Amino acid sequence: MGHPEAAARFVADDARAHWHDQALWFVRLKRDRQAHGLPEWEELRSCAAQIKAHTVSRLPQYLEEFERNATAAGAVVHWARDAEEHNRIVHRILSERGVTRLVKSKSMLTEECDLNPYLEARGIEVVDTDLGERIVQLAGEKPSHIVLPAIHKKKEEIGVLFHEHLGTQEGASDPTYLTEAARGHLRERFLAAQAGLTGVNFAIAETGGVVVCTNEGNADMGTSLPPIHIACMGVEKLIPRLADLGVFTRLLARSATGQPATTYTSHFHGPMKGGELHVVVVDNGRSALLAAEAHRRALSCIRCGACMNTCPVFRRSGGYSYGAVIPGPIGSILSPARDPARHASLPFASTLCGSCSDVCPVRIDLHSQLLAWRGELAEKRLVPAGKRLAMKAASLVFRHPALYALGGRVGRFLLRHLPRALLYGRWNAWGRQRELPPAPARSFRELYDGRDDG
Amino acid sequence: MDSKRAILEALRRTDLPPAPLPPYPAPVRFADPERQFAESLLSVGGRYLRAADAAQLASQLAAVEPFARAGRMVSLVPGVGRSDLDLSAISDPHQLEGLDFAVLPGAFGVAENGAVWVEGASLPLRALFVVPQHLALVVPAGAVVQTMQDAYERIAFRGAGFGVFVSGPSKTADIEQSLVIGAHGARSCTVAILG
Repeated sequence: MGHPEAAARFVADDARAHWHDQALWFVRLKRDRQAHGLPEWEELRSCAAQIKAHTVSRLPQYLEEFERNATAAGAVVHWARDAEEHNRIVHRILSERGVTRLVKSKSMLTEECDLNPYLEARGIEVVDTDLGERIVQLAGEKPSHIVLPAIHKKKEEIGVLFHEHLGTQEGASDPTYLTEAARGHLRERFLAAQAGLTGVNFAIAETGGVVVCTNEGNADMGTSLPPIHIACMGVEKLIPRLADLGVFTRLLARSATGQPATTYTSHFHGPMKGGELHVVVVDNGRSALLAAEAHRRALSCIRCGACMNTCPVFRRSGGYSYGAVIPGPIGSILSPARDPARHASLPFASTLCGSCSDVCPVRIDLHSQLLAWRGELAEKRLVPAGKRLAMKAASLVFRHPALYALGGRVGRFLLRHLPRALLYGRWNAWGRQRELPPAPARSFRELYDGRDDG
Repeated sequence: MDSKRAILEALRRTDLPPAPLPPYPAPVRFADPERQFAESLLSVGGRYLRAADAAQLASQLAAVEPFARAGRMVSLVPGVGRSDLDLSAISDPHQLEGLDFAVLPGAFGVAENGAVWVEGASLPLRALFVVPQHLALVVPAGAVVQTMQDAYERIAFRGAGFGVFVSGPSKTADIEQSLVIGAHGARSCTVAILG
């Protein structure tokens, strides 16, 4: 199923689609308030973009520096070429130590690798501990947004889910009550866990440390109670110096949720006393993305989700409509790089308005890349025939001014005189959820030719 | 070929001209960083106290409800609060479960976001900042920096070490974007500037 079909399902529930749109726009506005509060905001974005570009230009060197320093600090660094190897390494670490109870904090990489089902099939209980992720885990779903995993769910649905799994009162849907219930339920899991797994927001080459940011404190519970900490990161998480965090921590939370900082920004260099720290460094398609000149800059992404909150298409079509682990504008660039045929509809799930590029804290040229993808997909003949034909027709019309003028006249005539049933028939996608504009009496060109020069 | 070499070789196949590292932007300067810190802290759900000495802080804390109600607490700040648990005698962080309150030293505060830098070296157990139900961080007077850029100038890691910025109490908005204080970590976060 492509994006348009999946999105049609989402918008079928008008009230929910509207709520989703407003909820994300609210986050976008909070982000704006934080961004506008800092006079150096635009400079920070440029600086972050340049640090990332620099790092990407010397990735092997920084990876080796990171490994050296992480090892010196007492961590064990593992390397995984792909998802399968990543899962195998994590499972080996756990099984060699007899771990059967694992608590996880948010990691989009482990979603990408499908780690949970891999471990569960091998007898390890995996508990996602971010509240939003726990909600979707209990529901047997995937996150619909990388920062707000359960944004597609209403509190009443969460109430039903918690009643069933956590024994909360039937019909209760107060967020404070439900969060308190989850706190109690997950605290038991934290205390019982034998190992904790986290993602990585930033890995510092200079010091060999990894940095994890959360608001809930779930990564901290999961890495300070059980003695074993496994941190999984894509190769692109590197930054050269500790001081670079001064730039990135100022951008991340402001862009993600409109907070001046995440509640917890934890820096891990080596394990806790008597414990173990394992860092799994994963490629899984990233070296191929590095080789793709047009899309290389997508490696700079710090996974803040700002492009999703601002995107008029994401807000109105929901994360699931993208059929990918990372949805939204950034996902629509990353996913076709993995599997162009499967994700061919995603670069078209955009109005190319450029709002994503405007809010991106690391200045990824998202909308330009989406446009570039459309060209690449057309070359690979992965664009549906109808769309290809329409594009050919448009190209013909735009190259012939007389044809264009004629088309305008015919269009204006039909808008006025065609019966409604015909005008809003199945053939006209533009008339499905909206009224067509009233046809003007004269075209712009006619107005311009008839203007009074005085 | 092992995976490390395979990954590094795959990355090296793309030969990019080195892009230069940029200078950091000049960060904002607040006229009164301590006042800005207090404002930022309140905005992230924290509680702000200002005390001249430990005795004054102790009496201020006595008026803080979760502190006054706390059944079991630990304090790593001399003269402030009490320790119902001998931290030097325990090595298992699970024994911290059941603590109602922890008073911990903070190295410095950050004006722009109300965060406090807590050094792992100052905690006998890392879990002390996140497992107790409520938290107070005591920061010496004069130790408030302007922004995170200034903060990282004061931090160094040589070899092993842990450190965390704590900005307010633990929170979540994962249910319908409704802000709920007290997700997994501290349900309240009091920061006291002392001295």
